[in-house]
Amino acid sequence: MNRTKLLALQISVAVVALGLWHIFSTIPMGTMANGKPFYLLPQFFFSTPLEVIERVIKMFVSGEVYRHLAITLIEAMLAFVIGGISGVMIGFWFARKPLVAAVFDPYVKMMNALPRVVLAPIFALWFGLGIWSKVWLGVTLVFFIVFFNVYQGVREVSPVVLANARMLGMNERQLLRHVYWPAALSWVFSSLHTSVGFAVVGAVVGEYLGSSAGLGYLIHQAEGVFDVTGVFAGMLILMIFVMLIDFVVTLVEKPLLVWRPGETKTV
Amino acid sequence: MSEAQQSHATAVDLRGVSVAYGLSGGGRYEAVQPVDISVADGEFVAVLGPTGCGKSTLLNIAAGLMPPSSGESLIFGQKLAGLNTVAGYLFQQDALMPWKTARDNVAIGLETRGVRRRDALVAADAFLAKVGLASFGDRYPHQLSGGQRKRVALAQVLVREPKILLMDEPFGPLDAQTRLIMSELLLDLWQADRKAVMFVTHDLDEAIALADRVLVMSAGPSSKIIGNFDIPLSRPRDIAEVRSEPEFHRLHSAVWACLREEVRKTYGLPVHGKKAEGVEA
Repeated sequence: MNRTKLLALQISVAVVALGLWHIFSTIPMGTMANGKPFYLLPQFFFSTPLEVIERVIKMFVSGEVYRHLAITLIEAMLAFVIGGISGVMIGFWFARKPLVAAVFDPYVKMMNALPRVVLAPIFALWFGLGIWSKVWLGVTLVFFIVFFNVYQGVREVSPVVLANARMLGMNERQLLRHVYWPAALSWVFSSLHTSVGFAVVGAVVGEYLGSSAGLGYLIHQAEGVFDVTGVFAGMLILMIFVMLIDFVVTLVEKPLLVWRPGETKTV
Repeated sequence: MSEAQQSHATAVDLRGVSVAYGLSGGGRYEAVQPVDISVADGEFVAVLGPTGCGKSTLLNIAAGLMPPSSGESLIFGQKLAGLNTVAGYLFQQDALMPWKTARDNVAIGLETRGVRRRDALVAADAFLAKVGLASFGDRYPHQLSGGQRKRVALAQVLVREPKILLMDEPFGPLDAQTRLIMSELLLDLWQADRKAVMFVTHDLDEAIALADRVLVMSAGPSSKIIGNFDIPLSRPRDIAEVRSEPEFHRLHSAVWACLREEVRKTYGLPVHGKKAEGVEA
């Protein structure tokens, strides 16, 4: 299927969904017992697509949203960088030292089994209501994804490639650089989309549970006053924000993973 | 050890080398009985045996990739401890680093030795040209065909100028035509500076066409060397032509007579000498 056709179909899905939302929230489907018009999606609970878009535009025009966006972006980026670097380092360490991995294995599993949301209040206590409680919440999410992928990547290096590298005279340091690192990196990149997403989740959930700025804060504020339009507007901005970040990730990973077999196109 | 001494020494000398594995349920599985294999410097020895006879294991021992259960391996007269650093190993499976281009894959073997990257790349390009891949240096392994990958692997091994070449059914996964071309290329490159070669294969024709001497191994477990055939075909050889020589056919029958029973054993077929001739395995 060619690109334009696919894009057209993708857009039509959005148009239909928004159209249904608009119709059901603005055109009455009948009359209720008390004589009031009956809506399938009452505006008080569902708002309308036009109002949401209008609100989003207003937020951007007035400029109030930029500060919140910047805060969430900074939190997510810090969470991603700290979680990513520590995940890579500890993942490498565990993979190369089976004893360490064996000793810590149950604790790693326990930590990972914990739903991270319950950490948010305690992080707020420990790190305050500023950005750091959100950053650390994101770190706990990102770390495990990167950690498990690096661990797996280093341990699953093809034994033949490894034997060959050793026969080619590589010492331990060279093996790390030329074999283990690139092998692990490909796993890290395949998990990059997930871990970036989780960095944002950490930031937003943290904000939602206690903060004075950020997209999570905006949504929470709107919910507090039953401002459904505001909630949907916040959600829409959040979605666009994550998709933009995801797009950037795709741009970054492409040149780094050229060696991976992909589709071969005939021209 | 001086160069003069080395040239007369035996390149690979496996003495009483055996392989046994401990089984998970306790007990011992003897894969290879104590065997002696020696490869003289400049000699091309093919180790021929049915699937699963432990011939690749012997190669790994000669490479120092695994220790023998008993016995010792001498490399140019010195006991091998750890990796065999004077040997190049051509693997059966794809062993190229998929994240490196063909050129980088070849150059890395020189870089590990301290050759400057710029010089290593020049040498790599020269060697890629030798194996007929001059314009493929920038390709990644997945962008090359199986035969091309094998040629890169050959260049990767040979660029380091190893004194011993260890080959584990290197052309096994390739199609028949590509195998012929690869064998030709290998012989051409080998002819130039005759290194000691230990070539493991299950292909009878390939073994005779390439080698100076063919060792036949029995079927596993507890395999041993059951045949030692000198191949007095003249060199340099033309891989395609040599197969039509009467001497080739004589050798072929002789080695096959030795090998056949072992192959039949591998597949659990009845072993009863010449009578089995009409039966298709």
